Amino acid sequence: MQNYSIVSLLRHAINGHATWAPAWRSPPLRESYDVVVIGAGGHGLATAYYLAKEFGITDVAVLERGWLGGGNVARNTVTVRSNYMRDASIPFYVKSVALYEGLSDELNFNLMHSKRTMIDVVQTFPKMRELRRRQLTMDIYGSTYERISTEEVRRRIPALTGGGPGARLPVIGGMVHTDAGVNRHDAVAWAYARGADARGVELHQQTPVTKLLRGGDGAVKGVETPRGIVRARKVAVAVSGHTTTLTETVGLRLPLRTMNLTAFVSEPVKPLVDVVVNCPDSGFYFSQSDKGEMVIGGAPDMGQSFRRDVKQHVFEDTVTAMLSLFPSFKKLKLLRQWGGHVDITPDASPIMDETDVPGLFVTAGWWGGYKAIPAGGLTLAHLIAKGEPHPLMAPFTLNRFRHLDYVMESGTTTAR
Amino acid sequence: MMLIPCPFCGHRNESEFAYGGPVKPDRPDPHAASDEDWVDWLTTVPNPLGPVEERWWHVKGCGTWLTIWRDTRTHCVVEGSGDAG
Repeated sequence: MQNYSIVSLLRHAINGHATWAPAWRSPPLRESYDVVVIGAGGHGLATAYYLAKEFGITDVAVLERGWLGGGNVARNTVTVRSNYMRDASIPFYVKSVALYEGLSDELNFNLMHSKRTMIDVVQTFPKMRELRRRQLTMDIYGSTYERISTEEVRRRIPALTGGGPGARLPVIGGMVHTDAGVNRHDAVAWAYARGADARGVELHQQTPVTKLLRGGDGAVKGVETPRGIVRARKVAVAVSGHTTTLTETVGLRLPLRTMNLTAFVSEPVKPLVDVVVNCPDSGFYFSQSDKGEMVIGGAPDMGQSFRRDVKQHVFEDTVTAMLSLFPSFKKLKLLRQWGGHVDITPDASPIMDETDVPGLFVTAGWWGGYKAIPAGGLTLAHLIAKGEPHPLMAPFTLNRFRHLDYVMESGTTTAR
Repeated sequence: MMLIPCPFCGHRNESEFAYGGPVKPDRPDPHAASDEDWVDWLTTVPNPLGPVEERWWHVKGCGTWLTIWRDTRTHCVVEGSGDAG
């Protein structure tokens, strides 16, 4: 792997940057691999990277329908945090946040990770009680959460001028999560892709999987693509909203519904807000990107959806809520808007498990899966390589539904 | 904007409705059903790339419940049964 540094930058600058090697190869697609990962998004690429790095499994192909890093890893709001509710969830996300913080060095790629703190702006007492309850559990696992007064919230977020005593929902306080941060989503996808490629993993873009294939023994034996059949005894599905579309090709039903979650970006303005602001009672959150744009997320659409766009009334609801707390944003122009389809389980926690089809693994149900990319990739690679779950992922089995042993999570966007 | 056909009010904006979830088969008797069937009924719904049958409540309108078939790829209502009640 070509090392990126100030020295290499200067050396290539002398040559007019004409001599950089591609960040990953484009090898021909072979007929057989040890492991096939479907989906070159965050989780798929991270899984391939850790399979090679941690477990020495390098005969791996990552098959991507479109282009690398073009799915939900490009459609999220890049918030990395660990303020979850459950004993099962918090250590997993604490691990993921810790991995993110070391990832720029590990992957020799500047992820522009900015550990800038998240502040929850709380407007109702039930929400404050819920967040205080989260804090008690988070304290056990070393995740930071601290209550601050309304005055302190306003001091730290000067643009928060709405929600005064006369408002329908006055601000009653805040919670500060100093572990939270944002980083650059493209860099995360590209860095994992480059790191995986350097260890022998093959990345195949424009290679949609149309069907999973089972052998006579019932186990998975490969996948069908327009470029031909690719055989593998282990196949990992990391395709977000399309998980059931694929697993149904082998008759496997999963407790997942696909929904659309939207985000918008404003025109760039001068530095105004230096933390991630989450307003759970009003149903929106935002952060200011390094370019100066406000990156705004809202509530999911009602009903199942694969459409990946923005509904007008969801957009209006989110903007109306935001303007009630940040009236000065009224002058902002929005530049871009988009949706992403995410699948959700009945308890809002993810599924990482081998399915009833031996050799077929799924990582699904991610709702806020961006923050989970490093830990999700590491633990899924552990499961694929060793055949037993990593302790951090052990609660997120498919079996929990069989036993109705839910991990009901309130820390996700949808649970607002 | 998604327009939902209400049997009493005609096509109305989605923002007047509350989502009632996908249509499920009748609730099995948990004592008579196998564990597998019972868990399946509780946890798993169809998730089609295409038309899905679902319930909506015209809560900010006439208050009726209705059932439609909606395509999850386009949000087009492909069949409004218009069955009130």
